[in-house]
Amino acid sequence: MAGHSNYVPKTGLARWLDQRLPVIRLMNDHFVTFPTPKNLNFWYTFGAILAVMLVVQVVTGIVLAMHYVPTADLAFGSVEQHIMREVNYGWLIRSLHASGASMLFLAVYIHMGRGLYYGSYKAPREILWILGVFIYLLLMATAFFGYTLQWGQMSYWAATVITSLFSAFDQIIPHFGTALSTWVRGDYAVGDATVNRFFALHYLLPFVIAGVVGLHIWALHVTGNGNPLGIEVKGPQDTIPFHPWYTVKDAFYLTLFLIVFLAIVFYAPNFFGNPDNYIPANPLVTPSEIRPEWYLLPFYAMLRAVPNTLLGVLVLFSALLTPLFIPWLDTSKVRSYRFRPVMKQLFWVFVATCILLGYVGAQTTDAAWHLGEVDIPLVWLARLATLYYFAFFWALMPWIGKKEVTRPVPESIAQSVLKKGAVLTKGGEQ
Amino acid sequence: MANPPTPEPTRRDFLYIATGAAATLGVGFAAWPFIDSMNPSSAVLAMASIEVDLSAIQPGQQVIFKWRGHPLFVRRRTPKEIAAARAVSPSDLPDGLARNANLTESAPATDANRTIKPEWLVVVGVCTHLGCTPAVSTRESPQGAYGGWLCHCHGSDFDASGRIRKGPAPQNLAVPPYAFIGPTKIKIG
Amino acid sequence: MKTVSLLMALSVALVVPAFAGEDLTQPQPPRDAKWSFDGVFGTYDRSALQRGFQVYKEVCAACHGLNLVAFHDLAAPGGPGFTAAQAKAIAAGYKIAAEPNEDGDIFDDKGNRLTRSGTLADHFPPPFANDAAARANNSGALPPDLSLIVKARQGGANYVYSILTGFNQKVPHGVTVPDGKYYNPYFPGRTIAMPPPLNQGSVSFNDGTPTTVTNEAKAVVTFLTWASAPELEARHRIGLQVLAFLVLLAGLLFLSYRKVWHGKPEE
Repeated sequence: MAGHSNYVPKTGLARWLDQRLPVIRLMNDHFVTFPTPKNLNFWYTFGAILAVMLVVQVVTGIVLAMHYVPTADLAFGSVEQHIMREVNYGWLIRSLHASGASMLFLAVYIHMGRGLYYGSYKAPREILWILGVFIYLLLMATAFFGYTLQWGQMSYWAATVITSLFSAFDQIIPHFGTALSTWVRGDYAVGDATVNRFFALHYLLPFVIAGVVGLHIWALHVTGNGNPLGIEVKGPQDTIPFHPWYTVKDAFYLTLFLIVFLAIVFYAPNFFGNPDNYIPANPLVTPSEIRPEWYLLPFYAMLRAVPNTLLGVLVLFSALLTPLFIPWLDTSKVRSYRFRPVMKQLFWVFVATCILLGYVGAQTTDAAWHLGEVDIPLVWLARLATLYYFAFFWALMPWIGKKEVTRPVPESIAQSVLKKGAVLTKGGEQ
Repeated sequence: MANPPTPEPTRRDFLYIATGAAATLGVGFAAWPFIDSMNPSSAVLAMASIEVDLSAIQPGQQVIFKWRGHPLFVRRRTPKEIAAARAVSPSDLPDGLARNANLTESAPATDANRTIKPEWLVVVGVCTHLGCTPAVSTRESPQGAYGGWLCHCHGSDFDASGRIRKGPAPQNLAVPPYAFIGPTKIKIG
Repeated sequence: MKTVSLLMALSVALVVPAFAGEDLTQPQPPRDAKWSFDGVFGTYDRSALQRGFQVYKEVCAACHGLNLVAFHDLAAPGGPGFTAAQAKAIAAGYKIAAEPNEDGDIFDDKGNRLTRSGTLADHFPPPFANDAAARANNSGALPPDLSLIVKARQGGANYVYSILTGFNQKVPHGVTVPDGKYYNPYFPGRTIAMPPPLNQGSVSFNDGTPTTVTNEAKAVVTFLTWASAPELEARHRIGLQVLAFLVLLAGLLFLSYRKVWHGKPEE
């Protein structure tokens, strides 16, 4: 897709550099002239939004690391006293980082949902999709480590619960699970050693993420963008240069995203937070209700839906790894769900299922809905939802793909755009 | 920017330039909190000014306090030390300036200009050469040839007025901003 | 559309969880007091902050610490508005655990902790030497530090206000109040170990504000909200500037976007 380069160095210096290290050519080919389908819609701007949010997290994180102390005694105070009260603009940088993590996940879920809906995982973009899933898993690990670092009650008990998951392996090999969770903590309980290593890992993983993001963009630029129609680009009439078309579009929607993000940072800095995390970690007292951050709630609900700990852990990990197999689970010839009436319905049910799981994950274990005379224990809803989660990918996707009668797919992007009567002339002039 | 002729080239250019300029400006302003966060915090600034009680210091004794992270020498000088320091003319010194934050920059390095009360010499204990802490000269353990301080890093020799007499240090030991807030109580910074 | 109706049914089910009668095992939701720091333009009421500091100092500080707040904070912008000299005098009125003296001692001959008077750089000293001492003096309950209390409780300022003004109510049937505890419908479990802290005339305000429990509570909650969020005023002010700028930038970008795309509608 990235075809041959049309970059022509204009000055002597640019020529000299181009023969030695063609960075300007690289930038030009990939972010200026890169041929991009002309029909990408709003949902496609979240890739750029994610890139910017990752940079925001890295920059705020590096500055916070300059002021943070990763020890059990000092961690909470280094955040709540030093960073929040003493460091110039520390409150702003901390708030950007904490709310930024949630906004990043919001964008990730939209980005993944878009990829799913438009069939962006299908050949030849399997690697692109799988790299994206890896980024998602790495982000979750990074976010978990980061949440621990605040060393409030929620941080502490989240770290305790997650590291305890490893002890479930005792059911397979006696003592192995406990030994493993002790190894992860570096102590019998979450403590000094844990917060220190989580800090090291929290600082390390973003660099790994940045590397995988590089591969993700590389893979994207080998196959070229997918698009809402799910048909391949047939020729130059289907594409426009990335700049200025998509740079300005991405920048506009990025700014809207930033308005929402910063309104939360400045006017509701604890919107995504939990009051209990303003209580310093106390290994002797567990809060009455503990729950992870919202972006992990669906998986938390699945974990709690299974009565057996080991099975619960296996379900949790299977749910996390399932997206890796989607490219081969979907048997349909048609990419975009826009032309797949049944799959489209199932997709929205899937979205609703994830929201339901997230809701259940936020409730107490014994919570129930009272509908008239009937009590519906939420744990049963979670079980049904978990079942649908797996059925959607492992049963419905392969089965519907073969059976479904799809709607006619347009011949080409250009033809589809023309049909709509919106004439798009070359280069955007006149 | 090479644009083919268009009906409203000016307006179009202006819009793009304004948008680009606004975005650049925004990134510029956004950088400030991150830069400022690396400046001293309010906790550091709260410690920038300290009050010290001198009443326990005996004549001929030096006490070291910590001020803004540096050692602060407070020396109660004997009449003999004062007389010796007064006998030196600023024109004979390697650094002829008082280096006293309480006086103008051009004040000469007379001993009187080095103190507020002659008995009390208050200087920052940082060698003006490369930042080591000079060792004080006492009767039991004399340091250097001038009865003041000797810096062991590169041999800068200071007199009992904290003035450089020999060695690589370019300036006299700095006198910090301070004031007496009681007969034997000073506020530094 | 089928999916839409399905989503709607789901969202109704999410909202509906029925609520029949008052559940006495659950606390009442906090009362909604109006605060000067609410909203986008919210700022702290300086005189309420100063009165609230007085209430904290004369009433709460007997049992509750304020560890994260330093005396110089009292004179910082966006705070109670004390002058540096006033803050210094306040600090000097507190006894701070002293550094070891020249003999290396931190206790005097009678075993008492050596102290010195506070400076602007010091923090509010804790009311008890340690948690065990705090429990021993409060029949086993640990009075929490108040530095973050407003952020550390669901309901924030309204919750703390409701607790402070929620004493001396009729105990409903079905609630038993153990010895040494007090009925407070806003506290989880509805019984609290803290005796009613505020009474008519607990303090005497210099500015003539009547010393009703409500006024005392409003003042001290304002002060504690500031203690939890001393950055609030700067946050609100900078937030407005940032959002105004972003809206402007979004406008410019929208015009550029339309220009580049020739007003081509979103697909």
